[in-house]
Amino acid sequence: MTEAVTIEARNAVKAFGQGEHVVRALDDVSIQIRKGEFFTLLGPSGCGKTTLLRLIAGFEMPTSGTILLDGADITDLPPNKRPVNTVFQSYALFPHLTVAENVGFGLTMQGRPKAEVSKRVAEMLALVKLEPMAGRKVSQLSGGQQQRVALARALAPQPKVLLLDEPLSALDLKLRKEMQVELKRLQTETGITFIFVTHDQEEALTMSDRIGVMSAGKLQQVGSPRDIYTRPVNRFVASFIGETNFLPATVVPGGVRLSTGDVVEVATTRPGAVTLTVRPEQVRIVAAGEAGAIAARVKFLVYFGTDTHCHLDLSDGTEVVARVQSPASGEAGIVEGSTVGIRFAPGAAQVLED
Amino acid sequence: MAERRFEVARLPGFATVAVATFVMLYLPIATLVTFSFNAGSSIAVWEGFSLHWYADAWNNQAVKDATVRSLVIAVWAAMISTTVATLAALGTTRRAAFKGETFIYVAINQPLMVPEIVTAVALMILFGMVKVATGYQGLGYLILAHSAFCIPFAYLPIRARLEGMDLSLESAAADLYASPWQTFRFVTLPLLGPGILAGAMLAFVISLDDVIITEFVKSGGQDTLPTYMLGQMRRTMTPEVNAISTALLALTVVLLTAFFLLTRKKG
Repeated sequence: MTEAVTIEARNAVKAFGQGEHVVRALDDVSIQIRKGEFFTLLGPSGCGKTTLLRLIAGFEMPTSGTILLDGADITDLPPNKRPVNTVFQSYALFPHLTVAENVGFGLTMQGRPKAEVSKRVAEMLALVKLEPMAGRKVSQLSGGQQQRVALARALAPQPKVLLLDEPLSALDLKLRKEMQVELKRLQTETGITFIFVTHDQEEALTMSDRIGVMSAGKLQQVGSPRDIYTRPVNRFVASFIGETNFLPATVVPGGVRLSTGDVVEVATTRPGAVTLTVRPEQVRIVAAGEAGAIAARVKFLVYFGTDTHCHLDLSDGTEVVARVQSPASGEAGIVEGSTVGIRFAPGAAQVLED
Repeated sequence: MAERRFEVARLPGFATVAVATFVMLYLPIATLVTFSFNAGSSIAVWEGFSLHWYADAWNNQAVKDATVRSLVIAVWAAMISTTVATLAALGTTRRAAFKGETFIYVAINQPLMVPEIVTAVALMILFGMVKVATGYQGLGYLILAHSAFCIPFAYLPIRARLEGMDLSLESAAADLYASPWQTFRFVTLPLLGPGILAGAMLAFVISLDDVIITEFVKSGGQDTLPTYMLGQMRRTMTPEVNAISTALLALTVVLLTAFFLLTRKKG
């Protein structure tokens, strides 16, 4: 992957409504999306991720700010003048056209010669494995097949960027898993920059090169799935992606002091009162009274098959959840009501930046 | 059946009311059609089967002229009103909500609400002034008047079709490099087609059937089929009128059946 920037938003603001009822769907967002990467915009509904996508596609004009494509300002270009294509949540396939005509629509509108259009359509249908369906009407296809037609149609004109607006949300779980693999394969094979919008954190973690987490119209954090998961910058990111523990703490030399008085070694540049976060699977349960371990009491256990969630109370009542592999439960002597010690895996505990 | 629902069909007298309603609706038409085949010249006494009133109507120059005039006016009125209605429907559905939207709807549908006789008198006075000023006496006045009152009939099915259309289809076309005109030409218009055709046919039938406005607006010698038939009432009525009415009925039934087939939801 090169570091060249394909799409850039600079201080993009999109406000809806008037007077006292102004809602900032997008609140001063700046982001750079690199050429050829699979970038995911992740966030709950109403966080502004779809609005950002619509600004990039050209369906909406920003209230202020600029959108750049390969360094050129495209803020004022209408959608039909942007080399950017969209896969719509509802697919938006043309019901009066055949599968092949749908796939060829973009190329035809660009005025490409007929021979080139039909050659490219055949290639695209092969890519999404729908060659036998070329002459069908889209209404004769299943949901998964319609999804593939929508993908082929958006990829056929070889856009610089492909925008995907929650394209998998209408599919059932099994089909969704298949399409996740399919999308990743298409992105690798075509080398086109994908900007994928979803509210599903698992989808984001498994498919993306980088993720931008959004909330309340603002970009909260941008980074690789591993960065986002292991080093969340704030409480929102930490809790939106996976499960986590929050522990109130105070910064002391060499680490932070928990409200129980225990000191945890962790690097931080912040002074004063902070929040420490640690993932449940990074909490180790050890014998009570072990040197350096934090004392805890087992409140209750929840069995999940491969692992068990141990809900623990620290001495001051702070709740901590530890996830341990199930076979270990009995052996480690974890029983409800017993007193144990806990340790955090080295480097696993993080101080949130706000 | 385990579930006992309220069913109108079980109420006492349901069958009687239903039959009476259908008889009232269709007995007059059945009588009209029957007597169009009467061999004699009475519209009330049956004297045997014959097609000669159809032949008489066919060979009657006044009927021929009126028929051609009716069709010319209806075709023009349907084309003009459908074009205007299509633009109005696009204008009222393909934009953000705006102040005065309700007022626009009322304005477009005004001919449905104003009593037809009022419009007729108003048009007679206005066109009278235009006739004096320009000297033009042609069919233009009738075509214009018919176009105006046909607009709401064409507008309603077209607007219904547009409102049922997914807006993201037009976004998708724009996203795939279609200019606004290409989007209209290759996506909106083909999908709107059945709605436009339905609107045009409804407008055609409404125009074909009009008496009141035509009667007030027409110049001498500009009888349409309905006003010609009205004129016949002043003389002795013969089954010729029945034959013309039956032909008109047949045409209308064909068009309205086509309208129904075009506008019904695909199953």
